[in-house]
Amino acid sequence: MTTAGRFGIYGGAFVPETLVPALEELEAAMTEALADPAFIAELDGWLHDYAGRPTPLTLARRLTEASGGAEIWLKREDLVHTGAHKLNNALGQVLLARRMGKTRIIAETGAGQHGVATATVCACFGLECIVYMGREDTHRQAVNVYKMGLLGAEVRPVDSGSRTLKDATNEAIRDWVTNVENTHYVIGSVVGPHPYPTLVKRFQRVIGDEARQQALQRWGALPDSVVACVGGGSNAIGIFTAFIEDEDVELLGVEAAGRGIETGEHAASLEAGRPGVLHGAYSYLLQDANGQVIETHSISAGLDYPGVGPEHSALRDAERARYVACTDGEALRAFHRLCRMEGIIPALESSHALAVAERRARELGAGHRVLVCLSGRGDKDIDTVRAVGGTGEGIP
Amino acid sequence: MTTAATGRFEAAFAARGAGERPGIIPYVTAGFPGPGDTAPLLLACQRAGSLAAEVGVPFSDPLADGPTIQSAGWRALEQGMTPARAISQVAQARAAGLTIPVAAMTYINPVLAMGVEAFAAACAAAGIDGVIVPDLPVEEAAGLAASLGAHGLAHIPLVAPTTPTSRVARVAATAAGFVYCVSVTGTTGARERVSPAALDLLERVRSVTALPRALGFGISRPEHVEALTGHCEAVVVGSALLDAIGKGGDDPGATAERFVRGIRGLEAVR
Repeated sequence: MTTAGRFGIYGGAFVPETLVPALEELEAAMTEALADPAFIAELDGWLHDYAGRPTPLTLARRLTEASGGAEIWLKREDLVHTGAHKLNNALGQVLLARRMGKTRIIAETGAGQHGVATATVCACFGLECIVYMGREDTHRQAVNVYKMGLLGAEVRPVDSGSRTLKDATNEAIRDWVTNVENTHYVIGSVVGPHPYPTLVKRFQRVIGDEARQQALQRWGALPDSVVACVGGGSNAIGIFTAFIEDEDVELLGVEAAGRGIETGEHAASLEAGRPGVLHGAYSYLLQDANGQVIETHSISAGLDYPGVGPEHSALRDAERARYVACTDGEALRAFHRLCRMEGIIPALESSHALAVAERRARELGAGHRVLVCLSGRGDKDIDTVRAVGGTGEGIP
Repeated sequence: MTTAATGRFEAAFAARGAGERPGIIPYVTAGFPGPGDTAPLLLACQRAGSLAAEVGVPFSDPLADGPTIQSAGWRALEQGMTPARAISQVAQARAAGLTIPVAAMTYINPVLAMGVEAFAAACAAAGIDGVIVPDLPVEEAAGLAASLGAHGLAHIPLVAPTTPTSRVARVAATAAGFVYCVSVTGTTGARERVSPAALDLLERVRSVTALPRALGFGISRPEHVEALTGHCEAVVVGSALLDAIGKGGDDPGATAERFVRGIRGLEAVR
């Protein structure tokens, strides 16, 4: 396997033949647009004037004191318009789709944040927007379904398979196969066939580019450790990319251990999976002995995905990034600590990164700095957290 | 490449008379409707005069398939179907007198899970003649094609209406047995008509290769087959057949035999 779009041995484009010309067209348009200063200026303008970038770097003062170790700093993607880093990518891809003359936008969504971000940008440009969402997720994230409707998008519930993000992605790809002439598929993470992992990385790397510059300005130094949650892995690639060449900076990805890896009810592809092909890319995958993709569990819908972006697989194998997993209970407790100690309600996805960042801060000790990607805010998770009750004590 | 196995396809296509309607290649999902139904279904397809048969090895996430084949696959998986069991159904059918060519259709992940080489060897040992993998474009297919070739199996690639003719030539150069022509931009599933884009694709394929052409995705009625006379050498019929079997009562073999005879124009479609 020697095609373009590989990260080490991972990636590639395992798609029905019908889509191959569309992926080639997308790659050509991407290359051309990203080399055009006018396109970059247009994108930067939207990121600044509409999305609200740059996002701040916030010291988690009381959390740091309580951890008694390294300083914990938050990259505040929760403050991006629509409440998560997803808008960075949706803006970039929809601007590109317009440039390609596509009039119809489709997307998949799990937690609903990518769907809301895509619907938002389509509203800005008056584009038709269809969002595929697993039937289960439309129940878990009913508020986001309603929001997408307010924004003028059509949400299509998906009843196939496990009725979650994996199946919504299958259905979005089937729609794209059918309507490829006039449709652009806005994938929400660094997954899918080439060139998507590279394209989404380009639109999310602004997170790390900003954070690195802010670190140098504020501290005159780089962080010792950079921590981010990993479902498909777009906020993690977004913050990691600027630091990959900085060999002394530790990169720590946090997957969802769900009820515990040993229970089998988790979504930790890099820890417990083995390489395979899902949604067009070769990467670590949770699958059974016969190559059937298995159902995952996480309290956080955005991490509840059996695959992972191919670049993460390559970073794992090369040991440039380290990946650990965090359970539902650990994430919930970190969620509540951030609420009570910093006045910030984080997304449950980001709470996985927070839990590990606190642990890492204690291990590193005073005089060091841990940078966490606070990828989104937790408004969407209020019902889930309320249903659990308490502050997450006693949850595995 | 002529070998014992790809030879079955060559012989089957060579036996067609000039001006005949396209031959029928029924598609059945292994393990659908019941775990032991596949071998009897293949024999029924043979009795009904099929040119060849295609056996779907189910995968949990079949991107190229519409609702009918998706749900047949999930039902089969729920009942314990695996790639190894699917392949052994073909071996059983061969032992019971199946002589028509058989292609296995599956997605790349189950093949990788078994191991490309082991998969090719198992298919060859079971009497399978060719393999179709709809999520393996030519750029990714060299490894599988080499393993299949070494075991005398045909690598049967797909081309679509969106495939430029220069690319059709590149794809066809890797093909053996026949070229699988996708009739629509879309997934599998019965449709009302054969699209003009399909006829255009068939012409473009003929302009770059002498291999037989089988048209699939959406072909569901005898009038489709009749209208394709002279445009292709075979048609693949999947979803419409599975729909019939799903509704057809206790004897899937009898339903399939009647369906294939019907689509050949030999008896009224019920």
